[in-house]
Amino acid sequence: MTRTFWRLVRQRRGLLGGGAVAIMIVTGALAPLIAPYGYSAQSLLQRLQSPSALHWLGTDGFGRDVLSRVVWGSRVSLEIGFFATGLSLVVGTLAGSAAGYFGGGTDTAIMRVADMFLSVPALFLILIVVALFGASLTNTALVIALVTWAPVARVVRSECLSLRAREFVHAAHALGAGHLRVLSRHLLLNALPVIIVQTTLLLGQTILIESGLSYLGLGAQPPLPSWGNMVVEGRQFLASAWWIATFPGLAIFVTVLGFNLFGDALRDAFDPTLRTES
Amino acid sequence: MAPGLRSYVLKRIGFAALMLLGVSVILFGIMRLAPGGPEAVLIGGEFSPDAAAQIRQRLGLDRPVALQYLAWAGAALRGDLGQSFKTGDSVSSLIVDRLGPTIQLTAGALVFALVVAVPLGVLAAVRRGTVWDSIGSAVSLFGVSFPSFWLGIMLILLFSEVLHVLPPSGLSEYGQEGNLGARLRHTILPTLTLGLIQMASFMRFTRSSLLEALRQDYVRTARAKGLGQARVVWRHALRNALIPVVTVVGLSLPTLVGGAVLTETVFAWPGIGRLAVGAVFERDYPVIMGVNLLVASVVIVANLVTDVAYCFIDPRISYR
Repeated sequence: MTRTFWRLVRQRRGLLGGGAVAIMIVTGALAPLIAPYGYSAQSLLQRLQSPSALHWLGTDGFGRDVLSRVVWGSRVSLEIGFFATGLSLVVGTLAGSAAGYFGGGTDTAIMRVADMFLSVPALFLILIVVALFGASLTNTALVIALVTWAPVARVVRSECLSLRAREFVHAAHALGAGHLRVLSRHLLLNALPVIIVQTTLLLGQTILIESGLSYLGLGAQPPLPSWGNMVVEGRQFLASAWWIATFPGLAIFVTVLGFNLFGDALRDAFDPTLRTES
Repeated sequence: MAPGLRSYVLKRIGFAALMLLGVSVILFGIMRLAPGGPEAVLIGGEFSPDAAAQIRQRLGLDRPVALQYLAWAGAALRGDLGQSFKTGDSVSSLIVDRLGPTIQLTAGALVFALVVAVPLGVLAAVRRGTVWDSIGSAVSLFGVSFPSFWLGIMLILLFSEVLHVLPPSGLSEYGQEGNLGARLRHTILPTLTLGLIQMASFMRFTRSSLLEALRQDYVRTARAKGLGQARVVWRHALRNALIPVVTVVGLSLPTLVGGAVLTETVFAWPGIGRLAVGAVFERDYPVIMGVNLLVASVVIVANLVTDVAYCFIDPRISYR
């Protein structure tokens, strides 16, 4: 683990990605202290002001400070991102490890269900569920997890399939270890690097999905800012106030890029032989 | 067709049919389990429980869910996807009307993505460690990190609002529907938006797959025979390297269609994605079911075709 950490530290893109992610997380956590104004503080006299010393990223159509809303928006996006990713990982890891370890009918049943979820475009399914059951932060996170568990299950399954044929697993069985112990102590522990990398990459994806939903009006509801609904609010002022749509989108891009860079660097750190392949 | 391949194809077709059945059951169940119904949207404003009951009866929503599903599935098997709750139009005709623009958009994006991604992936693999490789890596990382709707808006900002060279939305200008030039100009920005996002994964797979192929014995043999670098790469290595790329293209269809929902919304593009978004907000169940069934069928059939196409592309793959 220590060697992996140093390999990670030596990679510039890992540091860059990790740094970007850390900044966004700290920004979200300290939003009430960092944001210069409240996210719903309006001043119609200040509407559509371009970036200036008073409002670093300008103001929107209601005269609200764009920087403050981007800072507060990071909270919503990251909260949903972490919650959805956590749920997706739990379900995907349980389903994938059971499929890979037990094989046979269990494998077929679980993976066919996963295939069903993979055959409907994620956004379609999320759109239906959120629109019909109501757009709340919890519903959004739950439904994002509902459609992202299948790819996680696939990755964990393939890792467990290869691990279950290894000698240490046979040895554990020979020593009388039960299924639960073999799965948790031997398979999942050894599959942990793959799961960690998957988590990092999934965080970026869930943030992208959440922002897409917010763009369609199905994420965080106004006046609570999320990066996606800020972009859609800025769309109508594109010709006169480019900054309203530009900066929240840039925040999404930097955060997702950060998670992707960090995930790639982690993958290389865990398995340096992959570095030349991908 | 070899007997092994025939039984494999038959098995896969059976699985595909089962999956479609599963998808339709899940979607139908989700819609009927959701609180509320289409009556609120259809009546608008306040309404009495009697009025709601009448509407539910008229739409057949008062029957048990299992019977509703069986009636819908029976009709769907005969090619009848029902009528829109909102407009009363046939769902099939609504889908057919919107299919053209979506095919135009997704096919254009797919072609654009492949035309750019494959040469860039080849360059990145052949010139590994050079500036081309760095450009390729940057393009693929940026591509998967862009929110497609924001990329679309930024392209509108640059090309429509600042440079004034391309139209910001719609399929064509009013009264210019037959003008091919006008339609092409309207297609460029949505195609670029959707294509740039897809390009990233294609490029990445082309690069890694070609790197793997370039290490194979047959490539070394080709080089030992004195063949030039271009011939070795394009005629020998790339043909084999493209096999996994075919899979990625097949698997990318759900992302492509999902991306089309947002791209069509940003560019006011009258396709299937916008039809689905509108139907979801209006709780137009038959349209939602029809669109999703169509999309799931396309994805499942595309995956089936990709798998079967393998045996013709790569004779080393055996099917048991």
